[in-house]
Amino acid sequence: MNDLVRVSGLRVTVRNDSGEEEAIVKEVSLSIPKGEVLALIGESGSGKTTIALALMGYARAGCRIAAGSIHVGDTAVTSLDSLQLAHLRGRQVAYIAQSAAAAFNPAKPIMDQVIEGAHIHGVMTRTAAEAKAVEIFRSLALPTPEHIGRRYPHEVSGGQLQRLMAAMALITDPELVILDEPTTALDVTTQIEVLRAFKKVVRELRTTALYVSHDLAVVAQIADRIAVLNHGELCECGTTDQILNAPSDSYTKTLMAAARPALRAARDAGVGDKAAAPPLLAIDGLIAGYGRLNKEGRPHNLVLKDISLTLQRGATLAVIGESGSGKSTLARVVAGLLTPAAGAIRFNGAPLPPRLEQRSREQLRRIQIVFQNADTALNPSHTVARILGRPLGFYHGLRGRARDKRIAELLDRVRLPAGLAERHCAELSGGQKQRINLARALAAEPDLILCDEVTSALDTVVAAAILDLMGELRRELGVSYLFISHDIATVRSICDDVLVLYAGCKVESASRHALSAAPCHPYTDLLITSVPELRRGWLEQIAPPVELPVVGASSHAPGLCSFLQRCPVRIDGVCNVAAPPHVVTRQGKQILCHHSDEQLQRLHDSRIVRKSAAEDAR
Amino acid sequence: MTAPIVSSRADPQAAVIVVRQRRSVWRRWGLGLSPSGLIGLGTVVFWLLVALLGPMLAPHGVGAIVADDSFAPSSAQFPLGSDYLGRDVLSRILYGARYTVGLALAGALLASTAGTALGLAAAVSGRWIDETMSRLLDALTCIPSKIFALVMVAGFGSSVPLLMLTAALTYLPGAYRIARSLAVNLNVMEYVDVARARGEGRAHIACFEILPNMIHPMLADFGLRFVFVVLLLSGLSFLGLGVQPPAADLGSLVRENISGLAEGSPAIMMPALAIATLTIGVNLLIDSLPGRTKRLSQGALR
Repeated sequence: MNDLVRVSGLRVTVRNDSGEEEAIVKEVSLSIPKGEVLALIGESGSGKTTIALALMGYARAGCRIAAGSIHVGDTAVTSLDSLQLAHLRGRQVAYIAQSAAAAFNPAKPIMDQVIEGAHIHGVMTRTAAEAKAVEIFRSLALPTPEHIGRRYPHEVSGGQLQRLMAAMALITDPELVILDEPTTALDVTTQIEVLRAFKKVVRELRTTALYVSHDLAVVAQIADRIAVLNHGELCECGTTDQILNAPSDSYTKTLMAAARPALRAARDAGVGDKAAAPPLLAIDGLIAGYGRLNKEGRPHNLVLKDISLTLQRGATLAVIGESGSGKSTLARVVAGLLTPAAGAIRFNGAPLPPRLEQRSREQLRRIQIVFQNADTALNPSHTVARILGRPLGFYHGLRGRARDKRIAELLDRVRLPAGLAERHCAELSGGQKQRINLARALAAEPDLILCDEVTSALDTVVAAAILDLMGELRRELGVSYLFISHDIATVRSICDDVLVLYAGCKVESASRHALSAAPCHPYTDLLITSVPELRRGWLEQIAPPVELPVVGASSHAPGLCSFLQRCPVRIDGVCNVAAPPHVVTRQGKQILCHHSDEQLQRLHDSRIVRKSAAEDAR
Repeated sequence: MTAPIVSSRADPQAAVIVVRQRRSVWRRWGLGLSPSGLIGLGTVVFWLLVALLGPMLAPHGVGAIVADDSFAPSSAQFPLGSDYLGRDVLSRILYGARYTVGLALAGALLASTAGTALGLAAAVSGRWIDETMSRLLDALTCIPSKIFALVMVAGFGSSVPLLMLTAALTYLPGAYRIARSLAVNLNVMEYVDVARARGEGRAHIACFEILPNMIHPMLADFGLRFVFVVLLLSGLSFLGLGVQPPAADLGSLVRENISGLAEGSPAIMMPALAIATLTIGVNLLIDSLPGRTKRLSQGALR
């Protein structure tokens, strides 16, 4: 009886439109030994969260725990009444949700919310709870643990809020902690901090935890055992090593394959010969933002600062950066949805008017934009045929039969059955919707497709299929992509050239092969090393964050390095005083940094040394 | 690798879609409504029929004095009794429903369509047009509806077209506010951005991208406005400023028989009951309009 959690034959059903009960979790049995972390892995809709919620005796509206038994310690969760369940939740079993921003009440200080659980269950006095909360804040490596509780949720960063939610869950010393995709909404550089903090706390407190995630690489860092779910059924459950190295189930193998993205064929050598043709898209000195223009003609809220780039015909240029770096704004400017404050855009050798109204229909046709979220990018009241038919009629004047024929061709192009044409988008799966989204852009027969995080909202397996499709379209139709993403692994697998944005500044541009090779910009370095690798022990091998060098107050010189506040190699008297120059390295990379080529190389080498030192220490 | 994954994901979904299509056929016939919605639908249909066919069914003329005494209780000859002049209440209601239902329908329709059109125009137009239109209509909102109606009637005399126009003008700003706020939210959706980047004109975006997605809330709003107009007109008639005698809408029937209130005469109870059933029926119906049920069932399926 070492298992803290025992679930057997769990079956959760949902009442569908016609009033019939459908099982979304089918006869799942699993157990978690005391002090271990079990990861639940699966695509969206596989029933991960449903199982996690069932452990608290909760089923979402319309759902019902139909059969099976759940034991947490000596408590049979399924036989409790609502009063007993209230006592269980937050006391014995605690839950950490995906979006901390949505879980915190913006109107109350953080401390009140963190100790609320202890208060409700009456386990300790307010003073004791606050002291304990500060202890937990400290072990979660939160800044100023004594004072952070007095702030309001909007005054801390997303990664900090996620850790604060962990503190909220841990305050009552629960027997079981459920973490539901706690790092999915975070940037990679933040994710690594949160993961490190979680792992430390779990080890220190010997907490039993259920970690729900779709990301195998993240799970590999923190879990002792992994359970793989597919369509509500348990495919495989084993130790982390066994699942990662010797998966036995075919679905697990598919997941593993999708998690290790294959390099897709880059542009053919002949296409996009730089000397022969003008670049498809050339941007020079672009400045854009939101709000009113000030006296110097700069927008109040400056998002893009002096961006220049070129994209060759038939090539794919990736724009990478964390949220808020201005990636999407760049796409909106190119699409004409946002008028830039300054800078020139040349398309196909000719200048592209900045405002949408000034562009000709032909210019509009040649540039199409595909948004991240197909749910909001496809009009829910239109059928697929109407969504695809409109650009066909608008740009090519197709009507009636000819249009229907072309719609069928387009659906075939994106590998969807023609029968889908009469359906509404709400009836399609996430992957199907994203294909329709792509097909709509293709309907215009564009030269350039702006892809704004097209795979970010999709499961790994589906995302891999979409990337394959995009590669195929590029080969067959010769379209170019401006591929915007925060995910460096995706970018590496599809792009020819990469542009790294940080806080609206272009800090580095490189070819994909040169990207991962040193020397690179300190931010790129951080970005690359922060992507979790699909093996155990990766988290420990990553050099822990170093103390940042002390620098004095920044001068008011224009164009100071945007990464200054976070840079581990900043130099006092240089970085905070003067704008950094563009360094061109041997591999032809452009880096915006005060350090020279050789210095950056040395910095990178020292990081590797630190890494191996950390390995030796283990 | 692509194809098998797509098809395996599509299969269970196909089944769901078939089920949903079958259900949408049911919905089209109004059978997807909840029981209270069905009651509402029944009441509304009943009153529409009365408004259409009432005069044909009425046993007596609208102004004919047929009973010997006033405020007679219900009898076989006069099922709903007689009014203060000895006229047949049933006939009066059958004639009067036409005014109440017709006027309210026309007034609410006018207010809702004009409000929706202006709201859409404001949302897709530039800031200045939006601001001007919103402030002007705000100014209209701050005039109390009854006082506004009184001024209109005092100024232009009471007539059916004037009453309709007054009701429409009174409820237009509210419909505009709701339509504009819905449209402004939809205007920032990515599919609208896509349409804009495609080069679509404002009219196309308003009518084909935004309008279909706000039609359900606007229908519900229309139902509410209908009820408000019924009450406004009944109120005006009660003050003697609505439909003029010998014709009478339901509100005037209540007013002219007010002296029968102490005796509990059906002459005042029945028209009041008629107004109540009409307004409650419309409310029940709009509360269970498909937009709402659809959202609930989608939530359950997730």
